[in-house]
Amino acid sequence: MDSVKETLTGPIFKNNPIALQILGICSALAVTSSLQVTLVMCVALTLVTAFSNLSISAIRNYIPGSIRIIVQMIIIASLVIVVDQVLKAVAYGISKQLSVFVGLIITNCIVMGRAEAFAMKNPPLASFMDGIGNGLGYSVVLICVAVVRELFGAGKLMGMEILPLVTEGGWYNPNGLLLLPPSAFFLIGLFIWALRSFNTEQVEEPDFKMAKHKPIEEGV
Amino acid sequence: MSSHDSINKILLVALSLCLVCSIIVSTAAVVLKPAQEANKSLDKKRNILEAAGMLDESRGVEEQFAQVATRVVDLRTGKYVDDVDPASYDQRKAAKDPGQSEALTSEQDIAKIARRENYAVVYLVQSDGGELEKIILPIHGYGLWSTLYGFMALEADGNTIAGLGFYEHGETPGLGGEVDNPRWKALWPGKEVYKGDDVSIALVKGSVDPANANANWQIDGLSGATLTARGVTNLVQFWLGENGFEPFLKNLKTGDV
Repeated sequence: MDSVKETLTGPIFKNNPIALQILGICSALAVTSSLQVTLVMCVALTLVTAFSNLSISAIRNYIPGSIRIIVQMIIIASLVIVVDQVLKAVAYGISKQLSVFVGLIITNCIVMGRAEAFAMKNPPLASFMDGIGNGLGYSVVLICVAVVRELFGAGKLMGMEILPLVTEGGWYNPNGLLLLPPSAFFLIGLFIWALRSFNTEQVEEPDFKMAKHKPIEEGV
Repeated sequence: MSSHDSINKILLVALSLCLVCSIIVSTAAVVLKPAQEANKSLDKKRNILEAAGMLDESRGVEEQFAQVATRVVDLRTGKYVDDVDPASYDQRKAAKDPGQSEALTSEQDIAKIARRENYAVVYLVQSDGGELEKIILPIHGYGLWSTLYGFMALEADGNTIAGLGFYEHGETPGLGGEVDNPRWKALWPGKEVYKGDDVSIALVKGSVDPANANANWQIDGLSGATLTARGVTNLVQFWLGENGFEPFLKNLKTGDV
């Protein structure tokens, strides 16, 4: 039972897909300008990762090695289309805001990465949990980024006004940069910095070390 | 491993997987289609009512839309046509189809849309007695980054603006994106379009000076968004001008539509 818990909670902070594995950055930049849209995206990605892991793991012993990537893609793509269709039917406004990014879950490295790295080698239940866990890990980062971006970029949370804007008669002058995609880079960078300050084992070995400065005579 | 990699096995797995997945996908598409269509038309009606500034959140959109009549106008003659079904006519598609649109010369094309469709769907808001209250016209044109799509609502005189709203654009958030700001949109109602025969409505830099003789034809610009503001001026002037809805509005005034 411990291993199930470990697969479920491990990816949230210890092995976070965005902060440690640096996967799925593209959608993290694109959909985080409003919290509501972000939440829907997180749920969609978590479900797709979980169910693609489940179904790939269920048939993992029958998948021929030479076409395994294609097989994974077909399963992921089908799930994403179903999610997209459901969103269009039940949450039309949000699906319009998410536009292509629901479709782009297909190419999200997290889904594919977990299918190839985990689901191909583990039983269905563990794979399902791994999918949920990684989805949650993705969600944690996205929600943090979205809260900062929406609150300080638009003065709102979930579309509700928190900081009254100057343009609407309040006092808060919003930071327009936060509504643009590049700001998510800074925020994710800060998130990774904070995470690695607590979990120092995540800090990577530097590729090379700068040599100490030496006087000229020694160098020649 | 080798048994998995035989050609027969590969084909079998690939085919059966495709079959299963296609059944799942097509089932989802077919089952959910009615709900999607309903959402789409509801969303459009909502946009129309919102642009006209008459969306009342406490009442259902369908209920409010009941007093709106949908008609198709031939932009070349400015008259109604009855052989085009407004429900199935796709105006945005028609604007790109050479068979259903006309190319604009660079002088005519101030809104930078390259082609103008021959038919446009207009919405007429009627009072309970059947009298015309507002005219809602679809408009689009290029801003800074993107084509802005929206609706402009005019009072029954075809001159006084009742509202303006964009339902789709990709302008910079916080700058050009301020076209969505309710405070800015609230500046439009009450302004006039035509001065004599010319379309005079325009966005100006800074704020409109109320003492100015032209104040009634001017709207505050958007700070930090000169190009978007210019685009909005151009698209409004195009669609209310002679290549847009001016012939139709004139016909409407004389009753000859």
